[in-house]
Amino acid sequence: MPRLVSHPDEVKIVTRRFGMGAADIERYIELGGYASAKRCLQQGADWIINEMKASNLRGRGGAGFPAGMKWSFVPKQSAKPKYVLVNGDESEPGTCKDHLIFLHDPHAVIEGTIIAGLAIGAKVGFIYLRGEYRYLLEIMEKAVADAYARGFLGKNIFGSDTEFQVITQTGAGAYEVGEESALMESLEGKRGVPRIKPPFPAVVGLYGGPTVINNAETIATVPHVIEMGAAAYAAVGSERNGGTRLFGISGHVERPGVYELPMGYNLKKMIYEVAGGIRGGRKLKAVVPGGSSTPVLLPEEIDIGMDFDQVGKAGSMLGSGGVVVIDDQTCIVEFALRTISFYQHESCGWCIPCREGTDWIKKSLTRFHAGFGEAKDIDNIQYLAENMMGRTFCPLGDAAAMPTLGFVKKFRKEFEDHLNGKPCPFAKHVDLAVV
Amino acid sequence: MTLFSPRLAARLDALVEKYPLRRSALVPMLLYAQDEIGYISDAVVAEVAQRIGITELDVRNVATYYSMLRFKPAGKYNVQVCTNISCMLRGGYEIYERFKEELGIGHKGVTPDGLFSLEEVECIGVCCWAPAIQVNYDFHDELKPDLVPGIIDGYRGKAVAEAPHA
Amino acid sequence: MADVTFIVDGKKLTAPAGTLLIDACRKAGIEIPAFCYYPGLSLQAACRMCVVRQEKVGKLQTACTTTVAEGQVFITESAEIAQARKATIELLLGNHPLDCPVCDAGGECELQDMTFKYGAGESLYTEAKQHREEQQWSPAVYYDRPRCILCYRCTRMCGEGMDVWALGVQNRGVRSVIAPNGGGQAGQSNSELDCEQCGMCIDVCPVGALTSGSYRYKTRPWEMNHVSTVCTHCADGCKVTLGVRQVNDGSEIVRADNRDKSGINGDFLCAKGRFGFDFVDSPERLTKPLVRNEAGDLEPATWEHALRVAATKLKEVRENKGGAAIGVIGSNQTTNEENYLLQKFARTVLNTNNIDHERTADYAAFASALAGHPGKAASLREAATAPAILLIGGNPTEEHPLLAWNLRTNVRLNRARLYIANSGEIKLERQATAVQHLSDDGYPALGAYLDLSNSAFSKAVLAEASLLVIFGQEYRGAQVASLVEWGLKRASVRFAYLGDYANSRGAADMGLLPNLLPGYVPVAEPGAFDAEYVGLSATAGKTQPEMFDAAAKGELGALLVMGANPVAKLGIDLIALNNTFVIVQDIFLTETAALADVVLPAASLYEKTGTVTNTYGDVQLTRKAADRAGVKPDFEILVRLAEAMDADVKRLVPFGKACTTADLGQSRGANSGEADRHSVWLAANSLEWKMSPFDPLAVLDEIERLVPGYALDRTNLFGGNDVATEPGFVPVSALAGPDLVVPAHDGLFTSGTLGRYSPALKALAQYQAAEVVETAVE
Repeated sequence: MPRLVSHPDEVKIVTRRFGMGAADIERYIELGGYASAKRCLQQGADWIINEMKASNLRGRGGAGFPAGMKWSFVPKQSAKPKYVLVNGDESEPGTCKDHLIFLHDPHAVIEGTIIAGLAIGAKVGFIYLRGEYRYLLEIMEKAVADAYARGFLGKNIFGSDTEFQVITQTGAGAYEVGEESALMESLEGKRGVPRIKPPFPAVVGLYGGPTVINNAETIATVPHVIEMGAAAYAAVGSERNGGTRLFGISGHVERPGVYELPMGYNLKKMIYEVAGGIRGGRKLKAVVPGGSSTPVLLPEEIDIGMDFDQVGKAGSMLGSGGVVVIDDQTCIVEFALRTISFYQHESCGWCIPCREGTDWIKKSLTRFHAGFGEAKDIDNIQYLAENMMGRTFCPLGDAAAMPTLGFVKKFRKEFEDHLNGKPCPFAKHVDLAVV
Repeated sequence: MTLFSPRLAARLDALVEKYPLRRSALVPMLLYAQDEIGYISDAVVAEVAQRIGITELDVRNVATYYSMLRFKPAGKYNVQVCTNISCMLRGGYEIYERFKEELGIGHKGVTPDGLFSLEEVECIGVCCWAPAIQVNYDFHDELKPDLVPGIIDGYRGKAVAEAPHA
Repeated sequence: MADVTFIVDGKKLTAPAGTLLIDACRKAGIEIPAFCYYPGLSLQAACRMCVVRQEKVGKLQTACTTTVAEGQVFITESAEIAQARKATIELLLGNHPLDCPVCDAGGECELQDMTFKYGAGESLYTEAKQHREEQQWSPAVYYDRPRCILCYRCTRMCGEGMDVWALGVQNRGVRSVIAPNGGGQAGQSNSELDCEQCGMCIDVCPVGALTSGSYRYKTRPWEMNHVSTVCTHCADGCKVTLGVRQVNDGSEIVRADNRDKSGINGDFLCAKGRFGFDFVDSPERLTKPLVRNEAGDLEPATWEHALRVAATKLKEVRENKGGAAIGVIGSNQTTNEENYLLQKFARTVLNTNNIDHERTADYAAFASALAGHPGKAASLREAATAPAILLIGGNPTEEHPLLAWNLRTNVRLNRARLYIANSGEIKLERQATAVQHLSDDGYPALGAYLDLSNSAFSKAVLAEASLLVIFGQEYRGAQVASLVEWGLKRASVRFAYLGDYANSRGAADMGLLPNLLPGYVPVAEPGAFDAEYVGLSATAGKTQPEMFDAAAKGELGALLVMGANPVAKLGIDLIALNNTFVIVQDIFLTETAALADVVLPAASLYEKTGTVTNTYGDVQLTRKAADRAGVKPDFEILVRLAEAMDADVKRLVPFGKACTTADLGQSRGANSGEADRHSVWLAANSLEWKMSPFDPLAVLDEIERLVPGYALDRTNLFGGNDVATEPGFVPVSALAGPDLVVPAHDGLFTSGTLGRYSPALKALAQYQAAEVVETAVE
């Protein structure tokens, strides 16, 4: 069972009910649950969207698109049914926050889905969990059944004339399905290959109907925003970055875990104070700030506030909030190899630059790390990654190219050392890259 | 005629009615079928195609896309060791090595008694409690190599307990 | 949509708003490279070759998914774009084998062309390429996985285009692979293709990943001459490009495809058109004339001897018993010129109206029904554009593959409404807006049903402002008339009638009928023919069955059969012809030829020039592609036969000084001996080198002059396009018996007698039959 952690700097909003048995519907209600949904039912769609806009809540999946604005794009009138789709395909390496939400607060996801449905005028919401999260799916399924039993879901939610259904869905192993249009394809029983955009999901989405797709954390945050008020929520975070974020700190820290901190919280402080610093008193070598696809930061680059804008300014991305901390005993070449191996494994194969690019970078890095590198390889790897950037069908190509470019550019010397026969601290892993 | 147990068959009957379109049941149906049959056999493909109302080719196109679906039998307990970055940094490979040693099999291998299979897998969403593995759907986190034999023994015992009495 | 103006590479372009940039550019002559984009198929944006720079947009955009809007500015060629394209090609070449010297597509490969253009000549990788063994998926289709660049043209063509859905994409990432639908293990690449074997996937493959069972490793593209002609099989008349190569005894066809896509069939070609050309090289091919000797056996003879024997006998019967004792049977697969000449030879040299052919549709009834209603006959092209179609009877998917393609495409791309009334279930119902199943004898009453029933189907059909009515061989005689009459009540209606073979319509149009002259002019009221045809009898001749009855009674002295096999088709008792002298012109020793006294080896449709008319009345030019030593086109055989009978050849075929318009030079085959034979005859007869009577187009003037409806647009015809005929038929007074119409119901892999001599079609038929059994067992 994932261990819960705590730190005084935390502002517990989304994690407020964690560890309090809120998966049980009675307990959830006791803890104030479903009050926000009821309130939204009374206030109506425009009010909800205005609140969401005012909250400055930005998408927690990684792109950071303002949630209220996303909802406002859905046309009011639509011939086809509208849908809410909750993206719980959490698969970005370094990210495990949704895991905890599903485990400790499944009703918050349901309540957020209802509110999103009310906001856009949808009658059906889908909650999609990655296939590996079977036990969490079972928790979610029970929560949904309980909500139906209480009349919170169904033809007349909370005794009103409003209908809202929630359908749970499992994936079966595919990172790419985290991309919103690939998620819709998967939910429609197809290969998880993204769709051509435009049209965007808000106009033509699931089953051809207007669809709002939000990350599970975003959705789970929604009831809290309603509860505490948009202004109060926005005030917690930094400029244009409302509220808190569930930062998952992993890797070489003393106290890894998922911490809920205000947006804009200082990264250096997060590593050295919240997570207890580098394990075993070692030195920091690098930080991947927002999941494996975000470009690496050097120790001298981490004195920044963790929000979408500030991390962007530092040349990386806030991403999924998965902070991966790397100490000085780590081989960056191997780390780069393990990263690209993942994207090579997960590339859907649809477009040429991603399908072939991830594979050739992986092949080159595998050989390079095994000690058979050539001088031209370093430039070649950089060339490959540069020619993937911005050229692929969906963001997965960028997600693979960005970290690769970061490693090669910021740790070029370490690559060159490999050529010069300097021992690699992780040499024993050489033959182990995922096939 | 169905390949599946009455319970699963009933579940799959309900599954296709759950969505606005039958086809949405495809991915879960394949996964649930695999949970019972052990892998996606030709017979599973045929029955799923018929249940959804699509061609077998279409089922294969989709099934081969998802990495949790397999087309050869695995062990009764499929050990999936994450070696992705967060786990790697905290010894994921050491865990994987230890499983290889203890079970005597490598990536996608199956023990001769059919009890265990081993797989090196991508991130399973347990990064903050790394290193972690999944045995079938059960998570084991914050592992150390020395915990590996105990985990294996636990499942051996479970297998014995679940085995029909001779 | 309203036109918008935008700028591409500094040029101001105009196109309807929403047009795809790639289409707008291509139309303006700006070539944007693409592997995955294919006009008419769904968009993929997968190959990333068509990237262009759009002003004020951060990333390069794919031209295949960008729609044009007012004021946009694009750049399609720059250093940045060239680099992006080069990098993409480099990535492809990482695994793509550089076996171009032995690859079937070498020289015709889009990847090769792009590599040449963008100069991705340097290999960036040290790692070995992934090798995978080539797979044979069917007798027709092979897949070489490493060569595949995953453009998904094949899967879309098979699914969206053909509605067969036999190809899929399996696995993911770099392991992605195109997989066929049959005979394999789940999760592994399948190994068999259970489909219509049309070969369209091979056609659209931009590289050498999908190769053709009949063509692969036979030649290099540049060793072939490419001759555009018309398929010899079904009555749709697809344009087919034959790849021809010189061999010792002439020239052989090594490939048939749809190379230039300029024909009536656009992108399409079916299995018969693509693979069913190999009958021309059959070892069973007749290459020497045969004459029955005293022992009763057929033995090889010279052309002079065989023609003399045949001519002597024909003359003898004509002198002694009169023309009425001679029968003539024509073909569904010979050219209009040959058919015209055959009936003229019969009527003016043999002095008989006993001429018929194997009728596969009642075209005479159709002509009669349309008489006086100009502009109501539909071309095949209209099936691809008409907003609403009523398809009554028939099974286009099996018997008229191009019509089926046009209907599917029209429904898919133009949202045409297809209404189907049929006594059986047909595959096109999948595209239908509404379907009305009829009882087997329900066809005649359909018009009344539509008018009176008030059913949803009837209401939908009657609500259509304009209607293309396509009907099958279920209709004959008076039924055709009543259906057409029903349709003519509508303000806007056009008709098409489905027959069976490449020139069935032409055979009827050219008067291979005992009671009708060319253009359905009754023999009793010959009009213009009276002046031109010396000795024309006003009495209708014998139909095919009547000829055999007469033969059985010993009343038919001679029978001339050109390219037909009535003995097999009609099940004629072998002794029926014991007292008849039989002359057969054919490609093979058919059941009929085997009974003949003189057999004259004929050239196939792929070995001669002329015109053919498809069942919709579209006329197209056939061009001589292959050549076979020893055989002669039926046209030349008839002229020689007439000459051997001392007929006035110049009366039969106008040629020489006064007639210079027919041969425009295009009629000569690419590398044929045809021109030589013209000069031989001319030299032998001391005529100027203008034209010989062996030039089939010598009668084209006469056909145009005499045959109602055949006022041809020559520029287009000789330019290789299909030319619609405007019927303008004269009323037919006496209809021939509708029961003489015998539909052949040839399917995707059969083609009457001809199909029996095509190893490729036989192999496909056997293979698909086995696939069906396999599926049934499963």
